[in-house]
Amino acid sequence: MPILEVNHINKSFGSTKVLNDISFSLERGKALAIIGSSGSGKTTLLRCLNFLETPNAGQIVVNGETLFDAADHSSKSDAEIRKRRLHFGMVFQSFNLFPQYTALENVMLASLLLAKERPDYKQNKREIHEQIEHHAIELLSQMSLEGRMSHYPHQLSGGQQQRVAIARALALQPDILCFDEPTSALDPELTGEVLKVIRSLAEQHTTMIIVTHEMAFARDVADHVLFMDGGVIVEQGTPTELFENTQNERTRAFLSRFSQNS
Amino acid sequence: MSASVTFSSVTVTLFEGLVTTAQLFFLTLVFALPIGLLLSFGAMNRWQPFRMLRGTKFASGRFGCALSELRPISLVVKTVVWIIRGTPLMLQIIAIFFGPRLLWGFDLIDRFPSALLTFVINYACYFSEIFRGGIQSVPVGQQEAGLVLGMTKGQIFFKVTLLQVIKRVIPPMGNEFINLVKDTALARTISVYEVLWMGESFIKSAGLMWPLFYTAVFYLAFNGILVLLFGWLEKKLDYFRA
Repeated sequence: MPILEVNHINKSFGSTKVLNDISFSLERGKALAIIGSSGSGKTTLLRCLNFLETPNAGQIVVNGETLFDAADHSSKSDAEIRKRRLHFGMVFQSFNLFPQYTALENVMLASLLLAKERPDYKQNKREIHEQIEHHAIELLSQMSLEGRMSHYPHQLSGGQQQRVAIARALALQPDILCFDEPTSALDPELTGEVLKVIRSLAEQHTTMIIVTHEMAFARDVADHVLFMDGGVIVEQGTPTELFENTQNERTRAFLSRFSQNS
Repeated sequence: MSASVTFSSVTVTLFEGLVTTAQLFFLTLVFALPIGLLLSFGAMNRWQPFRMLRGTKFASGRFGCALSELRPISLVVKTVVWIIRGTPLMLQIIAIFFGPRLLWGFDLIDRFPSALLTFVINYACYFSEIFRGGIQSVPVGQQEAGLVLGMTKGQIFFKVTLLQVIKRVIPPMGNEFINLVKDTALARTISVYEVLWMGESFIKSAGLMWPLFYTAVFYLAFNGILVLLFGWLEKKLDYFRA
């Protein structure tokens, strides 16, 4: 059974149709890359998965549990939506770290707030806190940020900030980690360190969806690639299928434009 | 009479006035800051009760269309803020104190509470616009980052947004606080015995002008402390960039 099934997602902003009948599925431990030009709906798709946008039609199913169904009009409480969100982690293009917290605090904050809802929080406050801190330190070390834990975001380079953001998203152990153009806001010399981290996550079989403009990276790291254009999935397949045996004319045009640019 | 007026007796009298000035100042802040924050939420409220009219025949007309877009809470708050910021504070002080007397023939509340009420309403409106600017200048990404991490709206506001808002509003708030110190002098209009009233009283009672000018020292000292306090606060929040 796939870990994620997206069925017939539609999304419009006013009269503009941004996503048109999007369906795909993702197996546990696999990395999915979504490529396509700006305005093709890639980011909106990720935002729908993270419940930052509400699709007008379609379903989102994780582990066989229907998290979202546009046909189901029963109103969801905020608490339910929050719980559903936790299946997904999100890494933003612009990092969105909390500026008033250190790297370590950024990673710990959400876990600490969540732990307060546990019935045994009061009795085991210290232990829980230590566990969360231990886990956060481990994650930051995994991102090679041992020496940067007590730095504030503005004291870190873009690449370091993005790695903190990845650790922050991993802290809640999401089923699926989403990346929205994680290197687009970085200077070229800093993209490497972030891509390296994502690559190592793929090697550890983290289930991921990566929206990216780094074609070489998508081809290398992803198990499956989607090409989107004008709100539809034009073509999908393994990297070899999509990049070498391109079937669709639009995909071919897009890929050739990219190889010219780089 | 004038023989008994010395520098130290004037100083003592002005200090008595300063107590009233300080009371007006602090009590205004205590009430106007939270009310201002609430008003800023009101101004940003997006509730559209007639939204369901959209797409119906009724909303095809100009009136129906405007009604379906109406955000009543925001509209009411913005209108109140416009009236309060658009009229002189002195006029408001007079209207709130003498209004009930003209309408019903008696004073609803005493002079000091009446002045306090006016200051609270007036400053809450100014504060609300400062808070609104501060809140809206925090990037949406901060809220979205909180949401995808499973935080509640309350947690996002108190743990993520608020400190960034405070950092951003400190410079304009410093201005408002200093203005408030000087604006308390307008309470003199309805004979609240604050510093300026006390200083002025020596003109009539002793034919002395200098105590009035001497009040400036008290205002300068008061505001000097505020300048130091705001400088300290700004430094305190200098550890992060937002």
